Amino acid sequence: MKALSDVDLAVEEGEIHALVGENGAGKSTLMKVLSGVYPHGSYEGEIHYDGELAAFGGISDSEKKGIIIIHQELALVPQLSIAENIFLGNEVAKTGVISWPDTYQRTEALLKKVGLKDPPATLVEKIGVGKQQLVEIAKALSKDVRLLILDEPTAALSEGDSAKLLNLLMELKQQGITSILISHKLNEVEQVADNITVIRDGSSVADIDCNKEEVSEAKIIQAMVGRTMENRYPDRERNIGEELMSVKDWTVWHPEQTDRQVIKGVEFNVHAGEIVGIAGLMGSGRTELAMSIFGRSYGRNISGEVTLGGQKVDVSTVPKAIFAGLAYVTEDRKALGLILDEPITKNVTLANLPGVSRYGVLNTAEETKTSEYYRKAMNIRTPTVAQRVVNLSGGNQQKVVLSKWLFTQPDVLILDEPTRGIDVGAKFEIYSLMNQLAAEGRGVVMISSEMPELLGMCDRIYVMNEGALVGELSAEEASQERIMSFIVRK
Amino acid sequence: MSTPEETTGQSKPSIRSYLTLRMRDYGILLALIVIIAFFQVMTDGVLMRPVNITNLFLQNSYVIIMALGMLMIIVAGHIDLSVGSIVGFIGALAAVMMVQWHLPILVAIPACIVAGMLIGAWQGYWVAYWRIPSFIVTLAGMLIFRGLSLWLLNGQSVGPFPPGFQLLSTGFVPDIFGVGKPNMTALAAGIIAAATIVYLAWRGRSRNLAYGIEDEPYSFFLGRNIIVAAVLVFVSWKLASFRGLPNVLVSMAVLTVIYTFITESTTFGRRVYAIGGNEKAAALSGINTRRLNFIVFVNMGMLAALAGLVFAARLNIATPKAGNGFELDVIAAVFIGGASMSGGVGKIVGAVVGAFIMGIMNNGMSIMGIGIDYQQVIKGLVLLAAVVFDVYNKNKA
Repeated sequence: MKALSDVDLAVEEGEIHALVGENGAGKSTLMKVLSGVYPHGSYEGEIHYDGELAAFGGISDSEKKGIIIIHQELALVPQLSIAENIFLGNEVAKTGVISWPDTYQRTEALLKKVGLKDPPATLVEKIGVGKQQLVEIAKALSKDVRLLILDEPTAALSEGDSAKLLNLLMELKQQGITSILISHKLNEVEQVADNITVIRDGSSVADIDCNKEEVSEAKIIQAMVGRTMENRYPDRERNIGEELMSVKDWTVWHPEQTDRQVIKGVEFNVHAGEIVGIAGLMGSGRTELAMSIFGRSYGRNISGEVTLGGQKVDVSTVPKAIFAGLAYVTEDRKALGLILDEPITKNVTLANLPGVSRYGVLNTAEETKTSEYYRKAMNIRTPTVAQRVVNLSGGNQQKVVLSKWLFTQPDVLILDEPTRGIDVGAKFEIYSLMNQLAAEGRGVVMISSEMPELLGMCDRIYVMNEGALVGELSAEEASQERIMSFIVRK
Repeated sequence: MSTPEETTGQSKPSIRSYLTLRMRDYGILLALIVIIAFFQVMTDGVLMRPVNITNLFLQNSYVIIMALGMLMIIVAGHIDLSVGSIVGFIGALAAVMMVQWHLPILVAIPACIVAGMLIGAWQGYWVAYWRIPSFIVTLAGMLIFRGLSLWLLNGQSVGPFPPGFQLLSTGFVPDIFGVGKPNMTALAAGIIAAATIVYLAWRGRSRNLAYGIEDEPYSFFLGRNIIVAAVLVFVSWKLASFRGLPNVLVSMAVLTVIYTFITESTTFGRRVYAIGGNEKAAALSGINTRRLNFIVFVNMGMLAALAGLVFAARLNIATPKAGNGFELDVIAAVFIGGASMSGGVGKIVGAVVGAFIMGIMNNGMSIMGIGIDYQQVIKGLVLLAAVVFDVYNKNKA
């Protein structure tokens, strides 16, 4: 299979060049070619850098030329300090002995450039993802970067941190540093990019010069998916019934820092056939709220009451929560949702093994039939259910996770960032599925950092900030501005 | 420009791509055959003599019994270094009960098994409920139970055991057909076992074909089953022409079948693999990971106790040094059999074949008169080669 064919990409010096495309379109592969991860000779075609034909044998070759790639999964060592991470493999040393004063001095200068105020000796595990991203950039600056390639840098960042990062990119541009920005977030791309290249099915299909022509999300999306997508959110007939689930006075304490209250007396409810959104910044406690409700999978000294269908239910362990009718789709499907090396079959039945067994003995024929049913129903794109999950794309992996939870026949599904890192087409399928679940009379709780998605999908949106619900908006009154105003007001 | 071809595993499998994927399964079978052939030639046919084949089973029974439990431990993502010491301790306990206290066999044996389970529960408690790494807990256990066996035996050897107890290890199943030589029971058992295995394989294959998830080419399926069936019938014929089925082989075979069933066909087994594959995902899917980890250790303790009894019965004496270093043979067998250090991967059959590979090498090299020094070097290299082969295949696939 060819991951790329016939790609043309021209990046001018001192510009921010955005690269957009669906997952699996070939963006990351292209970047690996540019940065020498796939060495010269393993591909056809030519790369010219500074007017010269470049033939990188590996990452070290491209780094020497000032090309630095920052991957989606950050490559920092959490147990080492900021300074140690920045100069890792490139230590300020003489004959193998590190000069700490020089290291710290240079680190401070670099941190100043990226606008980070933490002391250089701070351990990386102690700072948030947003700051870690800045450390990665400082590390790139330490290597005299000329071309900075960022793969989905804001995927895990809150809006505030994302804005900071984008500003930094603009500043770097002023200093003559060229950036290639790979992103799913079209609003960000529009904001900072000088040029946008759209990749589809391994080929470049459109170049948009933002300084000359007008850019619109619709235009980009059309190029990405190869068709006009008038409605990014499927229509739904709303049919909201009685209250299905309610949470009262839910309080959770931090698992390690015993004096820190993470969730503060939260109360919310979900009706049958309703999609309820929970908005909020990263770290506002949304995931912690969901996980603490789902079998106390997070936190300590949890108190509060959960009722389902008017009855108070015991959700103190995961099996009890599942039995009560809850399902929780984690935000991190690879680490928490799937067994990557196992086939689709074994992942789909994992949360409801009794459903395919009798007296503890598995019926593998039944299991295959079940997963085959979900493969078709969910449109999981793979020839057989014996396929290992690790070989699936992000969107298809998410469908496997959803299948697993649907097989438990839940009344209420809590979806934590269900469309993170998923391409536009798969997103639409997942939205449609959510609508279908609501139409069946189930309750859906959707946690998301992407406000347009909440606004497009939800009947009601709760706004969370610092562990408390600070606002509630109906679909009609909700807007990005109003959600933000709740968060900022405080 | 275009990049190197990327295999997605979605194409229709050709025989070559199938072989790369399943190299391990065939590799270990092939390795077993090569090793048997090699030693058969090098020992001038001594290896395959009926008496030696019988001995092979008797000598390796305890390693195989423990490999069954160790496989589950390793699949769940743990390790147990204490099994050798448990073998010694249970042997000592059995000797004290039967030789010094004169307890009846039928009291002593269950008591020893329960003692083994308690030891497993002790270690499982720390691993499962306190999240102490199993390496540490069982390293401590290795010292504790070695010390306790020394204490139980006062540093001396105790024996001999009552004759009834010795039958556990040295007895043979009588020929129910009354022929005696060759022993028709052994032959019949071998043929029935072979027929059952082939039937189950065929049934599984036709069911998978119906769902379109079978990818083993027919020629491979046929060849593999012919080899397995032939080996079983051949071995049973050899056993039949000596003294028939050793008791211990029967218990070993029954245990192997039971544990294959547990690991492959029960929700319990599936959950153990899930814990090893991704413990957090398993916990969030409603699996009680603590309880399962605990049970896996209790099970290991039970099997180690059984192995301890078999070993003591075979030597007919309990010594404070009994079982020294067994843990290494058992762990090596499981890894040679294809289990992964990081958990979630491994098969009972693989572990049993791994144990036989180790056992045949021990036996063959001893017959050839190779010194214990070289024997250890060679065994170490084979273990390393097996795991390197694994990793190499995984990277290539």
